[in-house]
Amino acid sequence: MLIRIITALIFLSVSSLSMAELTIQVNKGKDDPVPIAIVPFGWQSGLTVAEDIASIVESDLHRSGQFAPLSRSDMLGRPRNATEVYYRDWKSLGVDYVVVGTLSQEVTGTITANYELLDVNTQRVILTGKESVSIDKPRYLAHSVSDKIYEKLTNIRGAFRTQLLYVSAVREGGNRTRFRLLKSDIDGANESVLFDSREPIMAPTWSPDGQKIAYVSFESTRPAIYIQDLRTNARTQLTSFRGLNGAPAFSPDGAKMAMVLSKDGSPDIYVMDLASGDLQRVTNHFAIDTEPAWMPDGKSIVFTSDRGGKPQIYKVNVSSGSVERVTFEGDYNARARVLADGLGLVMVHRDSGNFHIAVMDLKRNRVEILTTTNLDESPSVAPNASMLLYATQYDGKGVLAAVSIDGGVRYRLPSRFGDVREPAWSPFLQ
Amino acid sequence: MKYQAKNMFLGVAFFSAFLAGCASTDTDGSGQEGADSVSTYTESTDSMNDSYNTDDMANLETVFYFEFDQATLTVKARQALDAQIARLKKTTGPVRLEGHADERGTREYNIALGERRAISVADYMAINGIPRYRIETVSYGEERPVAFGQSESTYSQNRRVELK
Repeated sequence: MLIRIITALIFLSVSSLSMAELTIQVNKGKDDPVPIAIVPFGWQSGLTVAEDIASIVESDLHRSGQFAPLSRSDMLGRPRNATEVYYRDWKSLGVDYVVVGTLSQEVTGTITANYELLDVNTQRVILTGKESVSIDKPRYLAHSVSDKIYEKLTNIRGAFRTQLLYVSAVREGGNRTRFRLLKSDIDGANESVLFDSREPIMAPTWSPDGQKIAYVSFESTRPAIYIQDLRTNARTQLTSFRGLNGAPAFSPDGAKMAMVLSKDGSPDIYVMDLASGDLQRVTNHFAIDTEPAWMPDGKSIVFTSDRGGKPQIYKVNVSSGSVERVTFEGDYNARARVLADGLGLVMVHRDSGNFHIAVMDLKRNRVEILTTTNLDESPSVAPNASMLLYATQYDGKGVLAAVSIDGGVRYRLPSRFGDVREPAWSPFLQ
Repeated sequence: MKYQAKNMFLGVAFFSAFLAGCASTDTDGSGQEGADSVSTYTESTDSMNDSYNTDDMANLETVFYFEFDQATLTVKARQALDAQIARLKKTTGPVRLEGHADERGTREYNIALGERRAISVADYMAINGIPRYRIETVSYGEERPVAFGQSESTYSQNRRVELK
């Protein structure tokens, strides 16, 4: 008993969250979100957990825009398992589903959540689950529960355990700016600084296994591409060619890196084999070719080119080098990112002088504008393709915003200081 | 009759030479509209070089501005550059040109635009006598603005190449 209390207290003192740069505000939800009640979890006597697990689950589901969580003050009781649930109470409150659970320490150094998802209308338990994490990761425990609930009710794989990379720029007076490369949980918590510099940092991107990242840094007074291992924090400089070194993108199998180099005269797309360092020139045109993104089969790359006069999206077959144009609507299309199934892409699209994020159905050649904000850029799609994050301006500051792929859900993640930009959504990490 | 034909021939010959002399040199080879990478270069004359004395040197422009979506040098930029070129011919150190763009559009594309502008200035300097090996071009795209906000005024201040 004493050991448990001591463990819990130690855990409390080390878990105080650093000031996250992101704070989340939900603006607009889906028209008919599903009403759900996440009852505060009970806990084994003597155990103290520093996070309110049910509250994090509630926040995850709320942010997806597809659920309307019941406020705690409206709850008529606090059942901890299905046998304690009075369905009629919950039905009278208008909720369709209830989540109940308890937390316990089954093995020293871990916490376990046992939970049940109940269908109020059919009065049945439709999901029983158990998640365990090491005691220093309570938020991860909550996100695991959120993923399972979300998957059960939407049939879409949950992405609440994913992470976010982004760049922040803080003006420090006297014309100096402090740039930071940051990583956080997808809800903005557990933010950590991965790299700190007086020179610009750009284009952060994840390796497909989520263990490495790549980005551009001007620390050597010229732009160069660096790779950083997330487990060891070791950094290696990948390129230092004359001219531009930009827009790194790992291939889907993680073995290659697409990039933009201008060493041979004008910005072109190149692919480097990461093991051997061998460099292959993929496009060869005097126009600007930039912003490569791989198709899921790893055989072609979409990229931005102004070879036709203004920036548009093109696709190049990596082995044959043959290029075809992809976008024909609008006078400026750039910075495409491919959806996981390869059937669509999101991009920056200019319409009447305003820069928006648009989604394009590659089969039907249809472009749909998703955002109503202006000066939008850097779209990054969730690995379950349900939402995308992008950078925009709000109240004179650079902020990150999220929108669902159908445009129905929007929320903003303003930073507490400085401008934030260039979000990169991680792949599935578990 | 013979006299007229000869004049016409000469006229045509001169006219062709005139046309050839005025053709714009497509130095970065892109030759297309829109993002406008075609630049025209003229040799500065010796008399212009001699007219700058040491008092003027301290006040020389080190920032050259560009029109929206353009990497061509404006007349004003070329005049400011001529003064710098005259000064640089008397020194031997390296020259660093930093290209920038306004914030509209995507970041990596703007890096490429900034480079186009820096190269535009570098090519003009090279053609006017500064050896290319002295010149380093770097682009910061929209990453290092000098003016903030979304007005035409701030945008035009950011579309620039800085000489260091």
